[in-house]
Amino acid sequence: MREPPLSTLSGWGRHSAPGRERVGEDLERISADVNLSRGLGRSYGDASLPPDDEPNVLNTTFADRILGFDEVTGLFRAESGLALSELNRLLMPRGYFSPVSPGTKFVTLGGMVAADVHGKNQHKDGNFGDHVTKLKMRVGDGRVVECSPEQHPDLFRATIGGMGLTGHILEVEFGMHRIPSQWIWQESRRIQNIDEFQDALEESALEWPYTMGWIDCLARGKNMGRGILMTGRWAEADQAPSRAPKRGFQPTLRFDWPSWVLSGLTIRLFNELYYRKQWRRRSSGIVSHESFYYPLDAIRSWNRMYGRRGFTQYQCVLPREAGRSSARRVLDVLTTRGGASFLCVIKDFGRESRGILSFPRPGITLALDIAVRDDTQDLVDALNEQVLQEGGRIYLAKDSFTRREHFEAMEGPRLDEFRAIRDRWDPNRRFRSAQSVRLLGD
Amino acid sequence: MRVAFLGATKGMGRALARLMAERGDTICLLGRNSADLERSAADLSVRGAIPPVPSVACDLEKPDTFAPAIDAAREALEGLDAVVVTAAVFATQEELEADAALAERLVRINFSNTVMFCEAAKKALLEEGGGTLCVFSSVAGERGRKPVIIYGAAKAGLTRYLEGLDHKHRAEGLRVITVKPGFVKTSMTAGLEPPPFAGEPDGVAERVLSAIDRGAPVVYAPAPWRLIMAIIRALPRAIMRRISF
Repeated sequence: MREPPLSTLSGWGRHSAPGRERVGEDLERISADVNLSRGLGRSYGDASLPPDDEPNVLNTTFADRILGFDEVTGLFRAESGLALSELNRLLMPRGYFSPVSPGTKFVTLGGMVAADVHGKNQHKDGNFGDHVTKLKMRVGDGRVVECSPEQHPDLFRATIGGMGLTGHILEVEFGMHRIPSQWIWQESRRIQNIDEFQDALEESALEWPYTMGWIDCLARGKNMGRGILMTGRWAEADQAPSRAPKRGFQPTLRFDWPSWVLSGLTIRLFNELYYRKQWRRRSSGIVSHESFYYPLDAIRSWNRMYGRRGFTQYQCVLPREAGRSSARRVLDVLTTRGGASFLCVIKDFGRESRGILSFPRPGITLALDIAVRDDTQDLVDALNEQVLQEGGRIYLAKDSFTRREHFEAMEGPRLDEFRAIRDRWDPNRRFRSAQSVRLLGD
Repeated sequence: MRVAFLGATKGMGRALARLMAERGDTICLLGRNSADLERSAADLSVRGAIPPVPSVACDLEKPDTFAPAIDAAREALEGLDAVVVTAAVFATQEELEADAALAERLVRINFSNTVMFCEAAKKALLEEGGGTLCVFSSVAGERGRKPVIIYGAAKAGLTRYLEGLDHKHRAEGLRVITVKPGFVKTSMTAGLEPPPFAGEPDGVAERVLSAIDRGAPVVYAPAPWRLIMAIIRALPRAIMRRISF
């Protein structure tokens, strides 16, 4: 096999590292001597990047065969490189949708397990890992094993949300959900401030399967946390257009925007206009699932908007126990430091996932897109210190700036449990990433 | 369409077989690794919402497997409308110069054995009263070029064979389609620096399927390679000696 050339690998936020990407259809054959799997590279930070001392990674995207689908039960099995976009294209017309979908469809099944992704239905259906029934893996000693809630449950729970650090995920089996149409009945509501937002999310959670909100995080004082709440449910066949949604024009950003484009002023302007767009207090209607789920996928390579230095997404969860005011305190850190987030998303979580290091817990999550500048490290440090005080934690799929001591303090006993399982399955720490070296020390 | 497919488990073959399955063609997979064939069969049957896709053993290194495999496919499909060959071996010029056994094997598989497979396929299709024989050759066979001397020579031979076959049998209803892919990003070319106009397997598959439906005898994919190769064919030797393309 030809040695792949040394190239620059990067996460979605354009954080990069030198690496060699090995590709191939037969993951079992080519995974034997590689120490990290990588899919479509949609994790924002350094989770899919190799550590400094070991540049080789496995790219799974050529391993994308469907291995079984039961149209009666919805049980589905495929190789881990299958993209969600392909799954949607094939099975939505037949009335099935992934039980959980993140905000982009350009992710692989393996990545969805490794990050234990959540979506707009987290409050109702939990995380993707909650629907996984079986995984086939190559583990540290070179064996290929299957794990499930019954078989090697420790490996199973550590792999869900384990960021690829327990082995190569070769195959994924999970249950698909039935959908009545490919259209969403969506309702949007204007929200005045962060407290109203949390009340509205809690209320909506009772009647809507899909909820999320967009926040204008430049608004301060009594307007802090104003924004738009979006709720949705699948349209019944008789409400929906009989045709399938059309794929519209999908532009691609072909060059890096200069960094001044996303300045404080343009971000303020965008956020103001976006808020004004929702000039009615409430509006509703039928929209395609694509525009509801994946609004950003409409522009390919939108990450180039942030210029060469890229961006980071700071996503944290604040536990219910921390109280309503915790979200305000975190946003305060952002605004008092003059940090401008182009896009800010809020969502409530209903329960923890079964993955040991999985992100969600009952409470509120905030996700802030922040262009990388000289002071980004200080900003993330300050946010992390606030989140620590609130008893919250961060989402590894987004992170590239958190310090090890902050992460260890946030995770506490969960990290001890994860390390114990890693000791059992990979005592020599074969499986490592740039992120694991940064946050776990190995 | 009932298709016997040699090479559907990987790369461009995988992409083409998927397009065929999704539009409802029935496919029989030919190949040497039965476990791998089973996985592709499952993939195609879910994609096409079609009954289990049959597979039969056939190894391009073993010419005695050709006729029995095609007969078995014909039986499984209850007839035969098309045979597609995407299977082949690839190695760089340096790899082939360094390893004479590999060079011999590549020339044998990509030229003589592929020709013998096509002879068996031709016979079966003519017995069916005609059909389509679609075979993947390469732009590497268009001109003697420094980076692909041995690989290109084998593909040049294959291209000429397919051209002659088309001339002889088109009137009898046998349509021979020669596919000439340029650089396509597959596991076969993994680790090589992609040139401008490198293609993706899905795009190639769409062009090939359209050529099969139209009966177009020659198809370049991705499209710009038709023009690129027209220029390369027109270059004088003095220039070919100087460039490294």
